[in-house]
Amino acid sequence: MRSLRLILPALLLAGFVAEAQSPTYGVGRPPTEEEIRAWDISISPITGDELPMGSGNADRGSELFLEKGCAGCHGTDGQGMLAPRLVKRDIATPDDPWQWGRVLPIRAPYAPVIWDYINRGMPLGAEGTLTADEVYSLTAFLLYLNDVIEDDQQIIDQDNLPQIQMPNRDNWAELPEWLPGVPRLPGYPY
Amino acid sequence: MASDKTDRRDFLKKGAAMAGAAALGATARSATGQLPGPEAQIRGTPELVAYGKRSRFVTSERIPHGGRPSPDSFGLDFHIATPLQDQVGLITPSSLHYIGTTRGSFVPDIDPDKHRLMIHGMVDNPLVFTMEELKRLPSVTRLHFIECAGNRANSRHTTVQETHGMTSCAEWTGVLLSTLLEEAGVQDGGDWIVAEGVEEVKGTSSIPMTKAMADCIVCYGMNGEPVRPQQGFPLRLIVPGGEGILNVKWLRRIKVVDQFYMTYNDYGHLRQDADDAALSLQIGPKSVITYPSGGQQLPGPGFYEVRGLAWSGGGRVSRVEVTTDGGATWFDADIRGEAHPHAHTAFSFNWTWDGSPRELQSRCIDELGSIQPTREQAIRYWDDKGGTNRVKGQDNSIQPWRIDADGGVHNAIA
Repeated sequence: MRSLRLILPALLLAGFVAEAQSPTYGVGRPPTEEEIRAWDISISPITGDELPMGSGNADRGSELFLEKGCAGCHGTDGQGMLAPRLVKRDIATPDDPWQWGRVLPIRAPYAPVIWDYINRGMPLGAEGTLTADEVYSLTAFLLYLNDVIEDDQQIIDQDNLPQIQMPNRDNWAELPEWLPGVPRLPGYPY
Repeated sequence: MASDKTDRRDFLKKGAAMAGAAALGATARSATGQLPGPEAQIRGTPELVAYGKRSRFVTSERIPHGGRPSPDSFGLDFHIATPLQDQVGLITPSSLHYIGTTRGSFVPDIDPDKHRLMIHGMVDNPLVFTMEELKRLPSVTRLHFIECAGNRANSRHTTVQETHGMTSCAEWTGVLLSTLLEEAGVQDGGDWIVAEGVEEVKGTSSIPMTKAMADCIVCYGMNGEPVRPQQGFPLRLIVPGGEGILNVKWLRRIKVVDQFYMTYNDYGHLRQDADDAALSLQIGPKSVITYPSGGQQLPGPGFYEVRGLAWSGGGRVSRVEVTTDGGATWFDADIRGEAHPHAHTAFSFNWTWDGSPRELQSRCIDELGSIQPTREQAIRYWDDKGGTNRVKGQDNSIQPWRIDADGGVHNAIA
């Protein structure tokens, strides 16, 4: 116990949270900060906290869309072929973004969601090869294709991407809490 | 009695006269008979001794589901349905367990010695585990079903494999996620987790902390062996009763976060309507008759054990009812064995078919009292609340099978 008391202040200095619970089993090891950085690709959808430094624009994104093979599956205009459509449908109810189809870069309520999707899963067969700058440019291009941004030279980066007002920003349903023993939708008999 | 003795004496006399004839009657020795042996034998091979195979007469197979080929020309698997019509009992053999993937997926070929699981984010003690370390921790073994959101029957489907084949049930073994999260120490405000896989899209699902702490399992075992690659070898998260995509395969990272992260797998759960969102996350009470079911042929009137499977994301199945007249009268089915929470539950119903056209249906009632609706009931419920022409959320409506006078069984969805 004495030696633990001596170690604890050192842990605190090393950046551990002050009220750390002590593990029960002591199995497993703490990851290094470097490991966490290398593994963690999650992006906070609203604030984009984890977005890496970088920037791009739609003009550059349109080139990358061809260079990286995106157009081969999504169509040169993002109209969708083998892979899903990336541009909103031209339909008669422009007021309801949910009518524009299940099109990620326009349905997503927050722009960092688009960045995460590209960074995580594209291009098919070469996932993880895009640089952060390239992902910013491709994200900008998809926003431009869908009339979310007007200027194909506008610089999109880690600071202004979360600020972009997506049409569904306040227009989506939060998932319910999931409590054991509670029906999935109280009041619904089925 | 006297006449009995006389009969026996007569019989013995006759028997002596019939030396070598086939034995008859209760007093004869049975081992003197000899049926012809099997037409062929399976000769032992080192391979069959090491790892057994099913009979060549058993040919039940999975099929691609949803109109997209699996594998496709790139070798990607998409949606693959299990042959429920052939299943015996309630455990789906691992080789036949349904497969769902996010966009079409290659199956990662993971060396378990190199695989790691990281738990980090809003925790006091971020941790990395090897497979060996995970197996040192206290474990649970539980039956759980998984069902894909795409398990939605329509009138074009002909068999139960097509209508309901995107659900399966297995025995899962692993460490409760709560054990790992308690070991890491979840901080205040850590209300969600994001669970991430290794595959090329690094499929990731957001799960509320209430569910994560309740009964989720980080599984390395399935049906008595390591989880199969198509099911997430070496590690899969099981989220009992949750929509299929929450059950992240090839699990390598769990991050504790403060909100729904709306990441790769979650996008499919985005809804405009809150009711639809709630009904899409958890599986409702559901059942289906697998025998007799679409595409099968009854040889004629007489006795049949009607069999099927029932399940619910709400917990245990508490009752299953069967109708043979299209829903006019309902009877309690027998629950076969124990009803496990969030597991397929086998049911049966003894039935004598009179040879007239019939419509068979089953419905599940779960421990929360939720009841499986007909398609019409589920749609009508929303009529005065805005209306919809489809079953909201995960489709858990009743499956009707029509039996024609000739014994043919057909999908009766209008």
